Amino acid sequence: MATLNQLVIGASIGAVLLLIALGLTFTFGQMGVINMAHGEFIMAGAYTAYLLQPLVGTQSVLVALPVAFAVAGVLGLILERLAIRHFYGRPLDTLLLTWGISLILQQVARDIFGAPNVQVRAPGWLTGGLDLGGVRLPYNRVFIMVLAVGCVVAIWLYLTRMRHGRRMRAVMQNRQLAAVSGVATERVDQLTFFIGSGLAGVAGVALTLIGPVGPTLGTNYIVDAFLVVVAGGLGQLRGAVIAAFALGILNSFVEFWVDNGASFAKVVVFAVIIAFLQLRPQGMFVVRTRALS
Amino acid sequence: MTGAVATVPDRTAGPGPAPLSRSRRLAGPALFVAVGLLLVAVAPAVLSPFRLDLLGKYLCYAIVAVGIGLAWGRGGMLTLGQGVFFGLGGYAMGMHLKLREAGPGGLPDFMVWSGVESLPALWRPFANPVFALAMVVLLPVTVAVLLGLLVFRQRVRGAYFAVLSQALAAAFVILLVGQQGLTGGTNGLTNFQMFYGLDLYQPGDKRFLYLVVVAVLGTMFLLAWQLSRSRFGQLLVAVRDGEDRVRFLGYEPAVVKTIAFAVSAGMAGIAGALFVPMVGLLSPANLGIVASLELLIGVAIGGRFSLAGAVGGALLVNYAKTIFSEESADNWIYLQGAMFVIVMIWAPRGLAGLAADARAAVRHRRRPPSRSVAAPIPSGTPSANGSAPPGSADPVDPARPVDDARPADQIEPTGVPAVAAQRGEEPA
Repeated sequence: MATLNQLVIGASIGAVLLLIALGLTFTFGQMGVINMAHGEFIMAGAYTAYLLQPLVGTQSVLVALPVAFAVAGVLGLILERLAIRHFYGRPLDTLLLTWGISLILQQVARDIFGAPNVQVRAPGWLTGGLDLGGVRLPYNRVFIMVLAVGCVVAIWLYLTRMRHGRRMRAVMQNRQLAAVSGVATERVDQLTFFIGSGLAGVAGVALTLIGPVGPTLGTNYIVDAFLVVVAGGLGQLRGAVIAAFALGILNSFVEFWVDNGASFAKVVVFAVIIAFLQLRPQGMFVVRTRALS
Repeated sequence: MTGAVATVPDRTAGPGPAPLSRSRRLAGPALFVAVGLLLVAVAPAVLSPFRLDLLGKYLCYAIVAVGIGLAWGRGGMLTLGQGVFFGLGGYAMGMHLKLREAGPGGLPDFMVWSGVESLPALWRPFANPVFALAMVVLLPVTVAVLLGLLVFRQRVRGAYFAVLSQALAAAFVILLVGQQGLTGGTNGLTNFQMFYGLDLYQPGDKRFLYLVVVAVLGTMFLLAWQLSRSRFGQLLVAVRDGEDRVRFLGYEPAVVKTIAFAVSAGMAGIAGALFVPMVGLLSPANLGIVASLELLIGVAIGGRFSLAGAVGGALLVNYAKTIFSEESADNWIYLQGAMFVIVMIWAPRGLAGLAADARAAVRHRRRPPSRSVAAPIPSGTPSANGSAPPGSADPVDPARPVDDARPADQIEPTGVPAVAAQRGEEPA
């Protein structure tokens, strides 16, 4: 039974990682940039929920979801326009550039909201949980999983059924060809950045349900989210989904089973990913091309 | 500089009048000697013991910077986990010093506090001073070789490697913090009294330790410099700029990269081991993601393609950190963030790059006007006849990447033809 409880915890962490990793995998896959400031969009989403709380009241989480999406999305768009777009195809340089921006954003949050963590109260219907013969399903964790599944379905529909989404896939697979076919690649890039950053904001709201909000909220998750991208394959929706849940669940099981496991969990996850890369160096799913590497 | 690289034009044999090239050839060693004299003779006489300790700490970071300059600047491997190697070396040394202090059969102070009753097996061999010294280098090198071979052989590179090295740093710190009884947890190892017979509370002994750090930095610098001048260094740069081409020529790029990575890890380990007695403590906060990136920013500012730039940058950034943190820690974080942004946008080759540009501009102005073909050529556009712009540095200068650290395997959304033209085409 404890095993199943751990599964729920792991899956909900995996759901958060998935929301974060989706934005990363698309921006990395499409534009070849690594956005370390992505973690700060999570933080922005979480603080949005905190700020809405006194205005909206107990149901603030529901209102916060779309607002946080917009806030984080606009932040991402600003970042893309001002800095990142000059760095397309230079992942290592963007990594350092956006790390600097992430430091600044964290300090801005510290100056505005103070260094101590703040708390967002969950609405009544998200507290408590369901008991299924000894297995406890906390409502907040179930809500996060439902949220992640909803977002993935929406992204999938967007990518496969909508014109904008198909353009995005086209640019991701072959930018030049897409451009000569009349796709306004720069517009597509902006939209991708907006959606990816917005999802990080949604992840931030989800995180307020399971813990306190602080200026370094994002950094705690960004490294794991990057590992999801590495293991899942670049720009791959399926890969991100599988890798995120696998990573979240593995993490929570190691923490639970091994004595003093919390300190070993990350090491085990790291070793598993290195081992996995021996089998599939480019991640779970790869777009096949004739290119050399 | 023999054999295969004999066809590579000498740096000094390039365009420019002969006397100038001679003075340029001597400029490097002269600078090395001058800085050495400054550090050995002037600094201990002028600075107070407190400031000298700080300088010693910066020099430890500079040793790490030399390694990063080699791995990142020459090898194109952006290591965001250099703190791990720094920490492995540091903890190996720290464990030995703690055991020395506790005496035979005694327990280090933090173990007593956290209720450990007998010395853990992991600690026991570190009582031997020779074993501890060996581990300072062997531990980081082993980890780097293992990781390097596993990762580079699978052609995992570029940003993937950066992300993995960062994840390693995160995991390492969490492990250290979690094993309170074994590692001292968040506090790390503190309160060192003696270091191989030196009393760390005596200014005279401390000054000697400082001189040791200077000597080690000088040695490491010469080692890295010699290494990057050698055939191996040429190969490393070739791997950075065109890994697949090097593979087609019959080399195994994974081995080349792993060696460079292991050397840089060993240097970080040595730096960590010197950091422990110099600063008197080592905690996970010195090794994590943030600390690892702090090690990197100095190199980026000084100039990743220049070893001297890396050292200078590390000294400069850590000095700035002390100055600004004395006023307010918040300002330092803003400044640090701004430095990353400014360097990446306006000076990706750092201060050394700016200096090289300035030198080139001066030389260019001195030249007769017939050389005016050297109009600035927009980056990415091959010049009409395929020759390199004469006003810029030599085409195969290893300190200048053909393409700005862009891994060959990344999708290149913009300017692919330009990049291809820019990347391998040396002038005939």
